[in-house]
Amino acid sequence: MSEFIHAKSIKNNEVRFSDALFYNFLRLITVLIIILFASVFVFLYRSSEPLFLEQGWSFFKETTWSPTTDTYGVLAFVYGTLVSSFIALLFAVPVSMGSALFLTQLCPRFLVSPIRSIIELLAAIPSVVYGLWGIFVLAPFIKNYVQPVLSGLTPGLPFFQGPPFGLGLFTAGLILAIMIIPTITTISIEIFQAVPKLYKEGAKALGATDWEAIKIAVIKPGMAGVLAAITLGLGRAMGETMAVTMVIGNRADISSSLFSPAATMASVIANEYAEAGSNLHSASLTAVGFTLLLISMLVNFGARYIIKKFRGPI
Amino acid sequence: MKSPYNLTEQSFNRKLKNKFMKFIFAFLTVLALIPLFIIFLHVIKSGINAINYDFITQLPAPAGQPGGGIANAILGSITMVALAAIIAVPLGVLGGTYLSEYKGGKLSSVFRFVVDLMTSIPSIIVGLYIYSVIVLPMKGFSAYAGALALALLMFPIVVKSTEEILKLLPTNIREAGLALGIPRWRVIVSIILRGSVPGITTGVLLAIARVSGETAPLLFTAFGNQFWANSLNQPTSSLTVQIYTYAISPFQEWHEQAWGAAFILLLTIFIFNLVARWLLLRNKNEYM
Amino acid sequence: MNKDSKSNILIIDQLTAGFGKSEIVKKISMQVTEKEITALIGPSGCGKSTFLRCLNRLHEETPDAWVHGKVNLNNKNIYEKGTDPVFVRSQIGMVFQKPNPFPSMSIYDNVAAGLTIRGIKKKTYIAEAVERSLIQAALWTEVKDKLKSAGTSLSGGQQQRLCIARALAISPPVILMDEPTSALDPISTAKIEELLHQLKKEVTIVIVTHNMQQAARVSDQTAFFLLGELIEMDSTKKFFTNPKDPRSENYITGRFG
Repeated sequence: MSEFIHAKSIKNNEVRFSDALFYNFLRLITVLIIILFASVFVFLYRSSEPLFLEQGWSFFKETTWSPTTDTYGVLAFVYGTLVSSFIALLFAVPVSMGSALFLTQLCPRFLVSPIRSIIELLAAIPSVVYGLWGIFVLAPFIKNYVQPVLSGLTPGLPFFQGPPFGLGLFTAGLILAIMIIPTITTISIEIFQAVPKLYKEGAKALGATDWEAIKIAVIKPGMAGVLAAITLGLGRAMGETMAVTMVIGNRADISSSLFSPAATMASVIANEYAEAGSNLHSASLTAVGFTLLLISMLVNFGARYIIKKFRGPI
Repeated sequence: MKSPYNLTEQSFNRKLKNKFMKFIFAFLTVLALIPLFIIFLHVIKSGINAINYDFITQLPAPAGQPGGGIANAILGSITMVALAAIIAVPLGVLGGTYLSEYKGGKLSSVFRFVVDLMTSIPSIIVGLYIYSVIVLPMKGFSAYAGALALALLMFPIVVKSTEEILKLLPTNIREAGLALGIPRWRVIVSIILRGSVPGITTGVLLAIARVSGETAPLLFTAFGNQFWANSLNQPTSSLTVQIYTYAISPFQEWHEQAWGAAFILLLTIFIFNLVARWLLLRNKNEYM
Repeated sequence: MNKDSKSNILIIDQLTAGFGKSEIVKKISMQVTEKEITALIGPSGCGKSTFLRCLNRLHEETPDAWVHGKVNLNNKNIYEKGTDPVFVRSQIGMVFQKPNPFPSMSIYDNVAAGLTIRGIKKKTYIAEAVERSLIQAALWTEVKDKLKSAGTSLSGGQQQRLCIARALAISPPVILMDEPTSALDPISTAKIEELLHQLKKEVTIVIVTHNMQQAARVSDQTAFFLLGELIEMDSTKKFFTNPKDPRSENYITGRFG
């Protein structure tokens, strides 16, 4: 051993010095990144400050967004973001749960990995391509087939009424659903795989059918994890920008019809920021961004909290 | 004790429900697969017509006129993604190394937390941030700004994948190195990192594929340009922003070109994904 | 294999089973007497657990698994074409090596699970069945005041008795036990062994154990497995005092396994 060190002529304190240098170099990078991250909040706040100085907290209570009269309220966008994301969850959750359960519990083994790869490839399609497809394929389809049928079926309900544009909350929600299916499915697959097999065997030994065994020995124990997966999917849907901007119609309105044009926090920034005329307008858009950032962080914390708190047996 | 219920025979109801639920799960899986095929086929069908020699070598034609190409957008995308990778890959690999090799400290747990949160920042917010720290002080849109925005999105992905890959290496490799009297940093650089190159490459390729498709962070950092950008200091066109601009324009010719650009983009991203997966499969045996 | 007045509830005929290309259980035939405890012993890897899992058709749940041969429960072959494994498993309960009460279910719900999945809603009936099963499983006095707490909050031994109660709740004539005490401490093990003596008045038990002393203590019949074959089966007393096969003798005296 000593020969080895001698041959390399590395003295003990040289080793210690080089090690400390490397370690502190890594720590320096780490600290810089943490500062960078904190600065995102600082810069966004500073850039939106003119609005808060001018308008105060009314920004969070105001539904009108009118750059021409310099009135800026975030609520219409919060509404658009929440409704489009919830429509997305409405479609994506059953599909993702079904796929995850099928792939982990029922699917013949040779099919599992091809199907999984295809679902994961959905996540690789860029947002802007989803948007392109949404404008030219999905929106006309919704306009010509889906809305007429739905509004015909429910004459009394306001949700499906209004002139058929094709572009609106419903179309945006549907595109978002396709985009978050891979997120929720992949995490749910991991959750269901982590549930120990012995619970399912226990249920089978009690004379449970496949479905009953899945219900009590896979879904129930995995519920908290699935909830976290759904929350992460929600976070992804709320921050999604391009596809939504392209199909939601971009109008700062709160309308009871799901087929009417709307705007989300992300879409209004994408749509107006480059052309923001006044200082106040761009400050307001940054404030919208700041709000979106805070909500995204909150949803992310929510998912972590669920995982930590209800982790339970798995 | 005799039960008043029949506990042994499976009632018709239970059988039916079992069959029904199994069918539903299979059906939902098919439903999840359909969009990929529809979108992919549509992009191929509409995109392939737009592609010709001019399309990949020429500048865009003036609005509403036929012909022209997206050569500047292709070059802009390649430049910015490459620049982003040059910035984000070394930093990300070092960050992942720190998390994997020096765990346990307070700083590393804060760092891990921050990296997790970074992955959940909406990409449009990254654009806003770069706008206020780079574009405003430099008084203009530029390829630099676009690349930095992409780098910021790439960094946490590379950190995460590097950490995962390094964690797969057994501890005794590290101990064997240290026992030979090699300094720790040499063990990390020459044994751990070098041994994980294929795995790290997979992560990097996936990160590149991921940011190649980003549009929102480029909108007001690189902005866009109908002409060649003469330097990295100028507004720069990109495939994704070009698709967006063309798609929302009123011109039929541009719509067709948007599909052509989408085809090229999708093809590139899928190739990156396939190569990454292939690398992972090829090296799986080394790790597991 | 002499049997007296009691009838044979399970008659196994030429049972062969395995996974993919490997054959784990080789042409086993045996009879299990009603309301007795039959112990299956043998060195690990001898196929006794796989054999046990064939008796309630749980073996086939594993990918690549296959079975040939007959298992007659009350003179009806459970492997007959058209026989529903769900039907078989409601006649033949099972307790596993590791206690597996359903997580995120209370003690009460765990015991009631076999009834609730069958769509039984009548609360008084379920409550009676839960109480009866917990009393039978000698757990009632310990848990009657905390029926709503999680099944997983109990100690290992209690969890295993909870699983026994869960199996008892649907009153199966036969219960299979796959090394039910191997994960437990000696005191919990003793409690379960004592419980087995009580239970055999009402149910037939087939128990796999790697512990010869346990087989000698609790069982009426003992079957010795080696490399997937049934070497010898006899009344426990005879088997341990006067084994016929030299391999059995070697095993009992600890010369291998």
